[in-house]
This record gives sequence, structure tokens and C-alpha cells, in this order.
Amino acid sequence: MNVFRFKNQKERPESLEHKDSPNYYWVIGMAISALMLVLILVGYVWTPYSTTEMSGREKFLSPCLSHPLGTDNFGRDLLSRIMEGAGSTFLIALCVILIGGIIGTIIGSLTGYFGGMADVVLMRVCDAITAFPSILLALVLIAVIGMGKYQIILILGILFIPSFARVVRGEVAKQRTLNYVQAARLMGASHMRIIFLHILPNTIQVLLPILTIGFNNAVLAEASMSYLGVGVLPPDASLGRMLSESQTYLAKAPWYALFTGLAIVLMILGPSLLMEGYQHRKRKG
Amino acid sequence: MKKRIFALFLSALLLSTVLCACGDAKTEEEANGFGSDGTSSSGEPVNGGELVVGISQDLGDSLDPYQMVAAGTKEVLFNVYEGLVKPDSSGNYVCAVASDYDVSEDGLTYTFTLRENVLFHNGDTVSAEDVLYSFETCAATSVEADLVAALSAVQNISAEGNQVVITLSEPNAAFICHVGMVHIVPADYADQATAPVGTGPFKFVSRSVQESLVVEKFAEYWGTPAYLDKVTFKIFEDPNALMSALSAGSVDMANHLTIDQVDAIGGDFVCLEGTMNLVQALYLNNAVEPFSNEKVRQAMSHAVDVDAILELTSAGYGAKLGTSIYPSFGKYFDESLVGYYEYDVEKAKALLAEAGYPDGFSMKITIPSNYTPHMNVGEVIAEQLSQVGIKATIEPVEWETWLTDVYAGRNFDSTVIGFTANTLYAGALLNRFMSDNESNMINYNNPEYDALMKQAAASTDDAEQTALYKEAAALLTTTAANIYVQDMADFLLIKSGVEGYQFYPMYVMDLATVHYVQ
Repeated sequence: MNVFRFKNQKERPESLEHKDSPNYYWVIGMAISALMLVLILVGYVWTPYSTTEMSGREKFLSPCLSHPLGTDNFGRDLLSRIMEGAGSTFLIALCVILIGGIIGTIIGSLTGYFGGMADVVLMRVCDAITAFPSILLALVLIAVIGMGKYQIILILGILFIPSFARVVRGEVAKQRTLNYVQAARLMGASHMRIIFLHILPNTIQVLLPILTIGFNNAVLAEASMSYLGVGVLPPDASLGRMLSESQTYLAKAPWYALFTGLAIVLMILGPSLLMEGYQHRKRKG
Repeated sequence: MKKRIFALFLSALLLSTVLCACGDAKTEEEANGFGSDGTSSSGEPVNGGELVVGISQDLGDSLDPYQMVAAGTKEVLFNVYEGLVKPDSSGNYVCAVASDYDVSEDGLTYTFTLRENVLFHNGDTVSAEDVLYSFETCAATSVEADLVAALSAVQNISAEGNQVVITLSEPNAAFICHVGMVHIVPADYADQATAPVGTGPFKFVSRSVQESLVVEKFAEYWGTPAYLDKVTFKIFEDPNALMSALSAGSVDMANHLTIDQVDAIGGDFVCLEGTMNLVQALYLNNAVEPFSNEKVRQAMSHAVDVDAILELTSAGYGAKLGTSIYPSFGKYFDESLVGYYEYDVEKAKALLAEAGYPDGFSMKITIPSNYTPHMNVGEVIAEQLSQVGIKATIEPVEWETWLTDVYAGRNFDSTVIGFTANTLYAGALLNRFMSDNESNMINYNNPEYDALMKQAAASTDDAEQTALYKEAAALLTTTAANIYVQDMADFLLIKSGVEGYQFYPMYVMDLATVHYVQ
């Protein structure tokens, strides 16, 4: 059933890539993702130090053997804080793309397949939501329902629905005119069966990139909101909040901002490179 | 009410907006000689010279002495306006426009003798009519609720020659402090809001909104004239901009800085350390469970390590407090109350168990998120409370939300904030804990305290009154009304070669004593 897709991809110019060169995107992406994932997963059960314990004597320690990433303004171990912060950011981002992805895909599939009035209305609603800068909209919603981890997940999840719905809708609308769908219809398959068993698996090619992009956006959105002080509440660690705190001590403790920022960068870079690598692999067959 | 509270907290605002300042890598702390005040002079004062002072907020409201709302505005215009009496740097009220005053034995009649030939900045001589006009206008239009309340007790005010006689309906030992807040202005002069005229050591020259305010030495000043010829107050709403202006040398002086800002600054400056003159504490809503239980509050007091808080949030700077009085209050401040609750986790746990909370409890600390110092202190307190099993979460809120929900609505568990005082009179800090006071945000209800406060207010004997207020303040400590933290450190940077700056126990910036040295 992937006949058309393969044909298209064979036609792409691949002059810049040697057939035998290793897939660096894949390798590096894998390494970064694995590193972050290990840090995050280990961080859920164990951190080198307590993430909240403060010590006046250990304020602003530069990276050393006992504190590999140094300590912050309250003498808390930065590695432990980053493990916890990355953990909560990861969890939030994951929940956000799950909510946005599942609801968005369902809406997109249904509207793309059936079209009609519901399609027009829902897509205009999506347009309206995307027309607002999402952070601004999130801030407004925060003001209404209050702040906290779960509120952030809910709000960002809802805001991420349109991006998924839109892409899936376009792909489903394209696929439904193809022969295999017509064939399935002739065989008497129900609409739901066609949408979710026949068409949806074929949208995976477009769904994967937007899931990755969505994850990255969710990480950034959570970090920005915590940076603005409306995300994860202290004393829980959050990368965004740590970044905003570290700003005051940029001259005194540059490693604070550096490692916190680096953690955010790696969290985003890992999945992006993986995605890129995956597509290269696909292309090579 | 709201406006006054706004003014009270503006001081904290100045500290709060701390962002990073690009630091000079070569900054050495030794270059910033720390002194407790500016009195240690190393050279002969010279007359003349100009000074540019960086201030961190616009004088957005009216410059009219009775309409000034923001603490930052009053701080600057302290140089322009004076009352019959005015505070000095040790907090005593000394004669200004009046040369002498006399209080009758029953404490009801105040007789002020006007100083001869005191001139307004517009050249007119101050007359008794101007004084009467000032008092009447102030009583009728002032935005200071405390002051209006004090003036409402004035039964009669009259002028006889160069004497002004004020008769009160009931004695008020703090009345002279309030007289000091009634700035004397020329009668029937309508432009105070834009072109203020007073009797102070500096006269107003010009103001450009959101940019600067310029004052010049008033040569015909009745007292010791100012040294400086001209002072420009430059407004930097962005703390980073202020710090770079200081580093670049375009600003000679700035106050209300944090230790982090001071650490980061390059250039040739002397750093003076003062205090913010406020009572920073974890204020507990005494009306809600479990804070209604005195043992719980005492347990929390034992669980909080103030030394560690200072060490963690301000490199150890700041004055520890044991009650709702800060050290600048002089005679009312009781040193023995500092450290009344020694840091003792075991004792705290035992007290919690006694109170029926052996496993601790959960609580919320609501803090206005724009005040970084309060946020930092809150975070440390939350960590310290967790050691005794109390799970404290911090809820950052907008300033406006704090005012409506926490302050006015009293809908909160606990909050970290600083309370300041308008006058150096114990009631300014202590009245708010009387059970029927409208500012009794924490719902403190102690009949014994109310009785002591009423007795103190009615007392006309200064020593007795002081003792009663101290007793009331001690009661706040022993009943652990709040978890007292500190009077925050306040740093001032001044170009080296400029000396004579004096800290006041209140929120003013007196430039009359500042001078260049040879």
C-alpha cells in the first residue's frame, strides 16, 4: 500500500549522501537522547544529592568532583536539580503531546475523512487558536484556572491540538481519494475501520515529525512558562525556573545558567536529530 | 488604604527586580570598602559640585506633598519639603520651620513658635497663615490614612503672632511624628503637583517625566545649607540599565541595591550598608488551622533558622528580628527578643506532636512573585519547614492578586512580605495586630495585646509608654504571632570622593549632608 510513497522517495536527489557513510544524525541523536533519558529516568528514583537541601557553606561551588555541575545560589547540587527539572519537563512535554496528539489525530482524521460543515468549523477554530501566540494564550488560561504542573499539561495539551489536527487532516484528506481506500470501501469496511486501520498507519510518515516538533515545542513552552514564573511551582525543580534564577548570578556562577540551558538544548536536540536520522534511514531503504 | 500599602511595599519593589548585571571580571570586593554609614570622612568637605543619583522608579504620581503616594517619591522630595519639625538621621524629631515647640502637661495643647525668616523657595517668608493653610489642606486632602486619622483629633488650630497653637481632643504621644509629615507649603499656591515649592535645603528646578528630576541648592535655607550645587535624580526603571550606567560613570550614586548587584559592579565606588527598615516575616493567618494553634506557630519558629536564611539569600547581610519592631526604632527595639526561638528541630517536632500534628501538615506560602528577596526567603523557609515534616508549597502571585486576596481578603495560609512604617512611633508597626484593626491581615486576636496597646496609646508618660509597647511587642514574640525573619540589608553605592551620606531609620534619601572631599 505504500507504492506511491516509495516511488516519490526514490525520486529524491541523494547526491549529497554517500550510500555507505554512517548516519551521523541517527548516531548522535541516539547518544544525546540516551544520555538525557538515562539522566531523567535515574532522576525519578535517585539523585546524587537531595534536590531541596540547602547549604550556606556550599553556595556557588564551581564544578568539582563532588558536585560535577557545581551548586546554585542555595548550595543545592546542580546535577540533582537538573535531573529533577529535566524529569518534570520531560513528563509534562510527554503528557502534552499525548493529549494534543491523540485528540488532534482523532479530530484531524474525522474531519479530513468526512469533510463537510464540521470540518469547516473545526478547522476555523484551529485557525483561531493558532492565530494567537500560544504562550500568550497559555498565560491567559493560567490566570483563569491557576498554575501548577497539571494545569500546565492541560493547557499546553489543548493548545497543541490544532497543530496535530491540521496535519493529520490534510494527510487523511489526501489518502481518502487513493485506490486502496476505495478498495476497502468496496469490500464493505466501515468508515471507522478505514480511518483507523487503513488510513492512519499511512499517516505515520507525517505524524512522526510533528510529534517530534510538538515534543520540542512542549519542552520549550514549559520552560518558558516556568521561566516567567507561571509553570512548575518551587521548591520543585524546573529547568525554566532554574534558568530565570540563574540569570541573576550570570557573572558569579556562569555554570548555573550554562548547564541549565544546555540541558534544555540537549533535550530538544536529541529527538530532533533522531528524527532526522530516521528519515535518512528511511530514504536509504 | 490600598495606595498606602502600595507605598509601603515600594521599598521592597526596588530590591525585587534584581536581574543580572554584567559584571566586571576584575571587580574586587576589597575595592568596595564596606562601612556602616558615611560618617567616616577622610577629607575636608568642599562646597559645590553636582551629583547624579540613579533611582529605580518614575516619580509617576503628583509631586504635591499631600498627594505623593509612592515611597520613592517621598524619598526624593524629602530634600524639598519640610514640616514644622523633621526627623533627623537618628530618628528624633527636631525643629525645622518651627524654632521651638511646647506641649502642655495634659498632652492636649501644642504650641509651635515659628522660626524667624524662613523662606520658601519662591522667596516668600513663611507666615503663620501658611502653616494654618498647610495643616488644613493636609487634613482635607492627604492620601496618608494614618496622618489623616491623627489630624482628625485636632480640635482647634490657631495662629497668634508667630505662634501656632494646636489643641487635640485626646492626647496622642505620636502626634509630633505626624506634625513632621505635614509639609509646610505657601498658602494658595496651586502648582505644587508640577512645580513644588517648600522650605527644604534643595529647591525644585525641573522634571521630565520618566527621565529625571533636577534640584538645586537653596542658598537662603534657614539651617546648614547643602554642599552640593545641583542634584539630578535619573530614573532607571530597568535595573540592568542602572547598573551599566553606574559602571560607565554616568551615575554617581544609587541606593536600594542588593549584595549581588554590589558584587557585580565595576568602577570606583564606595559601598555603604544600611537596612531597608521593614519587618520581613513569614506572616501566618492566625485564624486558620493549624496556625490558630499557638504551639504550631512556636514549633514553626523553632524550625526556621534565620541565620541560614541570611547566609543563603543575602550573604549574611541583614538584621535579625524577633518581633514586629526593627532596630531603627531605637528605644522600642528589644534586642533580647532576637533569637527568642533558637533553631531546634527536635523541639519543633516535639511541639508539633504536642499540638496534635506529629506528622506535620501541608501549607501554602503565598508570595508576590515580583519580589525576588521575598521569594528567595520563602523558598529557604519551605525547605527548613520540610525538616520537621511540614510540607510547604510556594504559590507565587501577582502583586495585585496579593493585595486583593491576601492583604484585603485575608484568604491565605501564610505569606512572606515586609511591613514598613511611616513614622518612628511603635504604633505604626504594632497597631496592625490589634484584633479590630483593619490592617490586621493575619487575624491576630489576643485580648491581652489589645489591652496593652490601648493602655500604651493612652499613656502620656514617654517611659511608661515605651515600656508598654515593648511589652506588647514581646507578646507578639512569645505567642509566635508570625515567624520573624529580618530587616533586609540595603546597599548604597556612591562615587568615591563623595562622602557624608547618612542613613535614616525611615525611607528617605537626605542629600543635604553629602559632599565632595578635597
